[in-house]
Amino acid sequence: MARHLDEEGVRVKALQFERNMPRFAAARVASALVGSGKGVKIGPLELVELEPFDLPGEGWVRVHPRLAGICGSDLATLDGRSSRYFEPIVSFPFVPGHEVVGDVEGGTLDGKRAVLEPVLGCQARGIDPPCQGCAAGHKGACERIAFGHVRPGLQTGYCRDTGGGWSTGFVAHESQLHEVPTDMSDEAAVMVEPVACAVHAALAAKIAGGERVVVLGAGTLGLCVIAALRALCLPGALVVVAKHPAQRNLARDLGADQVVKPGEHKRAARRLSGSLALESSDGGIERLTGGVDLVIDCVGTSDSLAQCLDIVRPSGRVVLVGMPGVVKLDLAPLWQREIEIRGAYAYGCEERPEGPRSTFEIALQLVRQAHLERLVSARYALENYEDAVAHAASAGRRGAVKIVFDLRKAGSGKDAFGGQEVGGPRVATTTKEAK
Amino acid sequence: MSPRPGFVLEVDRSTPATLMWHGEGFRLEKLPVGTRVVYGPEPIDALKDPDQAIRNALEHPLGDSQPLRTLLFAGMRLTIAFDDISLPLPPMRPPDARQRVIEAVLDLAAEAGVDDVVLIAALALHRRMTDPELRHALGDRVFEAFAPNGLLLQHDAEDPSNLVHLGLTDQGEDVEINRRAAESDLLVYVNINLVPMDGGHKSVATGLASYKSLKHHHNVRTLMNSRSLMDEHHSELRNSNWRMGRLIAASGVKIFQIETTLNTKTFPEQLGFLQKREWEWSVRDRASFLAASSALARTPVGLSRKIFHSVQAPHDITSVQTGEVEAVHRSTLDNIYRQQSVAVSGQTDVLTMGLPYICPYNVNSTMNPILVACLGLGYFFNLYRGKPLVREGGVLIMSHPTPWEFNPVHHPSYIDFFEQVLAETTDMFEIEAKYEESFATDPWYVHLYRTSYAYHGVHPLYMWYWCAHAMAHLGRVIIVGGDRAAVRRMGFSPASTLNDALELAEDVVGRDPTITHLHAPPLLLADVT
Repeated sequence: MARHLDEEGVRVKALQFERNMPRFAAARVASALVGSGKGVKIGPLELVELEPFDLPGEGWVRVHPRLAGICGSDLATLDGRSSRYFEPIVSFPFVPGHEVVGDVEGGTLDGKRAVLEPVLGCQARGIDPPCQGCAAGHKGACERIAFGHVRPGLQTGYCRDTGGGWSTGFVAHESQLHEVPTDMSDEAAVMVEPVACAVHAALAAKIAGGERVVVLGAGTLGLCVIAALRALCLPGALVVVAKHPAQRNLARDLGADQVVKPGEHKRAARRLSGSLALESSDGGIERLTGGVDLVIDCVGTSDSLAQCLDIVRPSGRVVLVGMPGVVKLDLAPLWQREIEIRGAYAYGCEERPEGPRSTFEIALQLVRQAHLERLVSARYALENYEDAVAHAASAGRRGAVKIVFDLRKAGSGKDAFGGQEVGGPRVATTTKEAK
Repeated sequence: MSPRPGFVLEVDRSTPATLMWHGEGFRLEKLPVGTRVVYGPEPIDALKDPDQAIRNALEHPLGDSQPLRTLLFAGMRLTIAFDDISLPLPPMRPPDARQRVIEAVLDLAAEAGVDDVVLIAALALHRRMTDPELRHALGDRVFEAFAPNGLLLQHDAEDPSNLVHLGLTDQGEDVEINRRAAESDLLVYVNINLVPMDGGHKSVATGLASYKSLKHHHNVRTLMNSRSLMDEHHSELRNSNWRMGRLIAASGVKIFQIETTLNTKTFPEQLGFLQKREWEWSVRDRASFLAASSALARTPVGLSRKIFHSVQAPHDITSVQTGEVEAVHRSTLDNIYRQQSVAVSGQTDVLTMGLPYICPYNVNSTMNPILVACLGLGYFFNLYRGKPLVREGGVLIMSHPTPWEFNPVHHPSYIDFFEQVLAETTDMFEIEAKYEESFATDPWYVHLYRTSYAYHGVHPLYMWYWCAHAMAHLGRVIIVGGDRAAVRRMGFSPASTLNDALELAEDVVGRDPTITHLHAPPLLLADVT
C-alpha cells in the first residue's frame, strides 16, 4: 500500500552529497588508500533532514522510495573517482539514488508503485520542442540536461532540485515513472533500471547472429548484460570474465557459455576465436593476431579497456557499459586493427523486430523472465549507510551483487536477503534546508 | 647372486617407514600395520655385450622376416623411425639403446650401399625434440651425419602432404601414417620398450600416425575398455593398434621391427636408496637419503626440477629382438614380464602410491596437474594384469605436490584445458563430445605443435581419457600434499597427510580397510589373482 507524505511528517530524511572540496579530497584519498567505499565516513555524504522538495512544474509528483540501489557510478562519486566531465551536468548538493522503486503521490499513478527512469530529459525539464535525442525517444542522448526548469543534472540522483532515491521522498516527472505490476516484488522492481542499462547496451552492440562475445566484469551490470544478451541477442558464444566465485556461478546461471577468471581472458578469447597468437618470451601469449567479434566492458577502467583491445579482432567492436573516468590507454591497436569503440549509456527507445519499444518496458519483462530479483543481496536502513556503501564496494568479494537501501517501514528486524539488520538509527542526523 | 624376484611385504610393527616419491622430493611414511607393500623384482642382468647382441639379433630375426642385411640394397629408400623423448624414463645414460641399434642398422645399410636413408622421430602428437635431445638419443655420430643434411626428421602429424591414408580397418578405423615411412622400401622401427604397452603394432600405427587415425583408439570408450593398458589380452587400445598394424602390413608397408628391453636400474648411485628395500638400507643409503632430503628441502622447486631432470638412468639393455612385428613383440613381452612381474593375491580397498617428478610427457618440463593424474590413474593404476590392485569402488591415494603450474612452451593447450574446460566439467564423455574437435583443430595449437615444442592441442584431452578406466573403477581419488585448488579442479580430494587421506578413504570403503602400497621404483607389473 502506498504511503503518503502526511503519514511521514513533512521533513525528508536523506543522504545528501555536498560540494565540499576538502571532504571530497579526503574521500578520494581514503578510497585510494584503503579501498572503494572506505571514504564515505569522511567524505561529503551526510544523513540529513530536508524540507520536502518543491514540485518544479506541471506533471511533477512526489515519490517515496521503497528500495533504492547503490550503483557503481554512485560508488565512484562517493570515492571521489568520478570524472570532472560530470561537474557541469550535476548540481550540488544532491541526494544520490537513481535505481528506485517507490510509492507515487499525485498524478495519474497516485497511490501506485513505480520505478524511476532517472534521465532528466527535455520533457521533465519542460523544454518544448524537445532536442533531437528526446524527440527520437532516446532520452539518454538528451542535449538539454543542464537547462529548463530544473537545475543541471543528467539524472535524478545528481540534480539539486529533484532529490534522489537515497531518501524518504523526492520529486519526479510523470514521464520518468513506470508503473510496477502488482505481482512484481520491490526487489525485482529495483533491478529494472540497471537492467534497462544492460538491455540498451546489449542492443546497442548490434550483434549479428553467431558472433563471439566476451563480457568483461560480472558485477550487477555485467550480470544484467549477460541476461540481456541471452534474452535479446543471438551470440554464437558468450564468454564472461568474472573475478569472484559467486559472480562466476551467477554468470553461468544467466547464460554464459564459459566463465573465466581475470588473467585468463587472452587464452579464453584465443580459444573461442581460434586466433593465432604472438608468444611472449616465457612462452605465454603476448598478443592475439585475431580475437572475438565484440567485447562488452562492464568495468570501465584503464585495465579493462586495455583488455578489450587485447582480445577484440581486427575490425571488431568494443562497447563500454561500465562508467569510465580518466583512463590511460595505448590506442595503437585501435588504430592498427581498425577497432570500433562506443559507449552505451542509459536507455530510451529500442528498435525491435516488433517495432520501437521503451527500454524500461523490455527491462521489466527481462527482470521477470530471468528472475533478476535474485541479484538483490542485502538491504540496509538509510541510517546504516556507511555499512551499506562498504558492502556495495566489496560486494563481489563478499559474494553479494546489488546492495539496496530499504526505505519501507516494515523493514526493521533481521533482513530477508543479506542478514543485515535494517532499522535503528546509527548515525546522528542533522537538519538542513534543501534549497 | 641372481636378482631377487618381486614380492609382497606385509607391514608389521618392526617394518621401517616406506619411501614414497613426492614429485621432486620424497616422503617416508609409516604405513599402518597390515598394509601390503608390493616390491618389483631387482634389476635383472644386462646383456654382456649389447652391441654384439644387436648385431646378432639383426642377423637372426623372429617370425617370417629375413635378416636385415638381406633386406638392404643399393638404390632403396630406407627409413629408420625411432621412439621419441617419452622413452625411457628417466632418459638413459649414454649410449642410448636407440643409438646402439641405429648405428648397427646404419653400418649394415652402408655395407649394402644404401644412400637414401632418413631418420624420423616417431612423435605421434608429442612435442618435437630439441637438438640436444635428439643428439642424446642418437649419439653424436648419427646426429652429425643426418641432422645437418636435413635427413633427421620429426614426424609431423599435421602435414597433409607427408601423410598417406592406407585405408580403413574392418572396424572402420582410418589408417593414416607418415608418407615417407609408408613409401619406403623398408621401414625399420627402433623401440625402447619400458612397459608392455610399448611397441608391437603401436610403434608405427601410433608413433607415425595422424590425429585422424589416432582418434580411433585414443578415445574414452577405447581407454575405458583397456583393462589394463598393460594386458595384451584385455586392451582395446592394443586391439585397435593391432588391426591398424595388420592393415599397414597388408597394404605393402614393409616393416623391420627392433625392440629393446631395459632393466630397472633407474637411478644413479647417489640416489641408490631409491632402488633398495627400506630395511636393507645401509648406513650410506641412510646418509644419502638424509642428505638428499635436506638439500631438496632447502632448494627452490625450479632448481630441484632442473636437478632431477638432469638425472640419467643407468638402465642396461636386457634383450634385443628384431624381425616381424608380432613375433618380436611376443618375445619383448616375455622379457618385460621377466623383469617386472610380481604375483599379488587379491585386491585391496585402498591403493597408495608415490608419484615421481617425471612421466612420459614432461621430460625436461613441468609435471602439470593433468600429467599427475595421467601418471597415477593412467599409468601406475594400469600396472596390472588380471584384476586391478584396488577393488572396484575402492580408493586410490597418490602423493604428489600437483602444482598449478604449466610449461607454456610444451603444454599450451593443457593450460586452456585445465583452466577453461575442467572448470566447466570433468566428465570425459562430455569433454570428448564438446571440446575434442576444437582442441584438435585449433590453428594456434597446430602451429605450435608443428613449429615450436608444443604437444598437440588434443593431447591434454588424451591424457585425461587415459584416466578413464581408473576413474570409472574407483570410488575416490585422493592426492596427498597437492595444491588443493588444482586437486579439486580435477574432481579429486586433497589431503595434507597420508593419515588424513586414509581417514578420508574410510568414508568410501569403511573402517579398517585393506591397504596396498605400490612401491616404485622399481617399475613393476602386478599379476593380481
